[in-house]
Amino acid sequence: MSFKSPLEGIDEKFEMIQILNEDGEIVNEDAMPDLSDEDLVEIMRRMVYTRVLDQRSIALNRQGRLGFYAPTAGQEASQIGSHFALEKEDFLLPAYRDVPQLIWHGLPLYQAFLFSRGHFHGNQMPEDVNAVSPQIIIGAQITQAAGVALGLKRRGKPNVAITYTGDGGASQGDFYEGINFAGAYQAPAIFVVQNNQFAISVPVEKQSAANTIAQKAAAVGVPGFLVDGMDVFAVYQVVKEARERAVNGDGPTLIETMTYRYGPHTMAGDDPTRYRSEDMNDKWEKRDPLVRFRKFLEGKDLWSEEKENEVIETAKEEIKAAIKKADGHDKQKVTDLISIMYEELPSNLKEQMEEYKEKESK
Amino acid sequence: MMDIKMEDQKTQTKTTQSLTMVQAINDALKTMLEQDETTILLGEDIGKNGGVFRATEGLQEQFGEDRVIDTPLSESGIVGTSIGLAVNGFKPVCEMQFMGFIYPAYDQIMTHASRLRMKTMGHYSVPMVIRAPYGAGIRAPEIHSDSMESIFTHMPGVKVVCPATPKDAKGLLIAAIEDPDPVIFMEPMRSYRAQREEVPTEKYQLPIGKGEKIKEGDDVTIITWGAMLSVAKQAAEQAESQGIGCDVLDLKTLYPLDRNLIAESVQKTGRAVIVHEAHQTGGLSQDILSVINDTSFLYLRAPIERVTGFDVPVPFFALEDHYLPTAKRVLSSIEKAVHF
Repeated sequence: MSFKSPLEGIDEKFEMIQILNEDGEIVNEDAMPDLSDEDLVEIMRRMVYTRVLDQRSIALNRQGRLGFYAPTAGQEASQIGSHFALEKEDFLLPAYRDVPQLIWHGLPLYQAFLFSRGHFHGNQMPEDVNAVSPQIIIGAQITQAAGVALGLKRRGKPNVAITYTGDGGASQGDFYEGINFAGAYQAPAIFVVQNNQFAISVPVEKQSAANTIAQKAAAVGVPGFLVDGMDVFAVYQVVKEARERAVNGDGPTLIETMTYRYGPHTMAGDDPTRYRSEDMNDKWEKRDPLVRFRKFLEGKDLWSEEKENEVIETAKEEIKAAIKKADGHDKQKVTDLISIMYEELPSNLKEQMEEYKEKESK
Repeated sequence: MMDIKMEDQKTQTKTTQSLTMVQAINDALKTMLEQDETTILLGEDIGKNGGVFRATEGLQEQFGEDRVIDTPLSESGIVGTSIGLAVNGFKPVCEMQFMGFIYPAYDQIMTHASRLRMKTMGHYSVPMVIRAPYGAGIRAPEIHSDSMESIFTHMPGVKVVCPATPKDAKGLLIAAIEDPDPVIFMEPMRSYRAQREEVPTEKYQLPIGKGEKIKEGDDVTIITWGAMLSVAKQAAEQAESQGIGCDVLDLKTLYPLDRNLIAESVQKTGRAVIVHEAHQTGGLSQDILSVINDTSFLYLRAPIERVTGFDVPVPFFALEDHYLPTAKRVLSSIEKAVHF
């Protein structure tokens, strides 16, 4: 009996899909997405905007004007590319680093800032935004996505549930349970794992003996793809096809995007120099999603420094206005919290509410 | 007589049928599947097999595989997908095969089902019911006999319900499914087939958060729920033959507690014996003690007695009869309280 044979050739089945290389050249013409010039410019605009938002959020956090924040720079192609392949009615179940997708799905910026500040209003999606607020418990959203997808299927809606986690999330039991469940019931779900190489400090090599996360899909009979997560075309195209497949009733897909976060895990004291080298940072920065897409667009005469500066200025203005709006939003009260615990308040909570009402009136 | 909310009182035909508790639960599920398109059942073996206790017998056949879903063997998956369904407008009723199997799903209940209303300020609620057969006494293997209500009564955002009779089981289960908040619905498996009762054939609800005085007496209040109700009643009858009158309270809902029911009775009798089969330390008896302390301290004529499981895991079944409170132990606590 050969213990090697079951795994032989598995890596070839999960080779990384790339369309746009680091130099901004198309290396896989056949897989090129069908996008108009306006779409191409819009994708770039969103990626640049998201990079600015990240830089400003970090600065605001350092000034004490934002709270919990998980930096996003480096992951724009994974985040914006996957989201751009969706429709408005699709349902998002993001992790805590996936605030950009929520914003592009319709969450107003000032609410994203309130979320960062620990204000409940940041979790209240507008009526036309199909999403839950960012997940804190690693991987817990994956089984929930299977449930949302099951509901979409039952209603006959031509939509998908999409959820995001990181490389660490793929080690959770819920990762298996969610994908397995969705597979067993052919639910229209897309599971995106943004493999940014580290779960806080633990490298992906220590998460699993599997060489890819994508191959874990095979264990549950679901297609899995490994994608260059710094290549917005590759991410977009694979999610687009996964979406079509799901809507056609052919079931869920697992997508691993190979990416990197340039910043710390969160702004709460993480020091990446303890676990990452300069060499590694340099290597990944050379693959930057914005740099290669900018080159591609400039080659087609669709982008310019002037255009980029315009986007940067607009982003800064809008961020400034959103922070102002967040500053002016009503402070939350303990009594508001107590009053919302149940639709009908039990007597113990009514008593506790009276106690706080008195304190708040002073 | 409890205030049963009849939803259709016009029917002149047969209005009740004799059912066991497990049949009454089946009837409640059937009623809700018939009347509400958004009700969906999920669980292991609940479809073709009708559930290991047959609580869902015949329901998949009648309502289809889309609404009575045989899930993968995956408790966290069952509760996680149910949360997903709930935020998507459905009313999932999921079955944990035994309450002792709920632990892998604890994270989903604690970190999501219980909090979603709070953290979205009411934008989302999780109108989900988790049915969980609980308790010892049926000679089941290890882990099948746990009674872990207090880990859920200590969880803000969920309600915990535990019926003791067939009629209550139907009315409370319908109320739980209609409830806009998540409900842990504990079913005393020992009582599944222990008694038959006339159960209304119509749809009716019993109020969550209300207990009931099952027996009236002046000397001591016995407070209990679920499978321990019959033990408490037996002890109360024996006490009566000695001339000790007992108020027997069936709490029915364990969160939120019916504090008025407890307070009124204890203020009358001045004595209380709390009976539950869960472990003593951290058990719900301590919250009931607090209710009595807060509302009725100066009425007390004796220390409050507790008759509970020991602070050990529910033992392998050769010892389970020794673990469970018995009428004899309850009676001895009644006597202790009365003769203090």
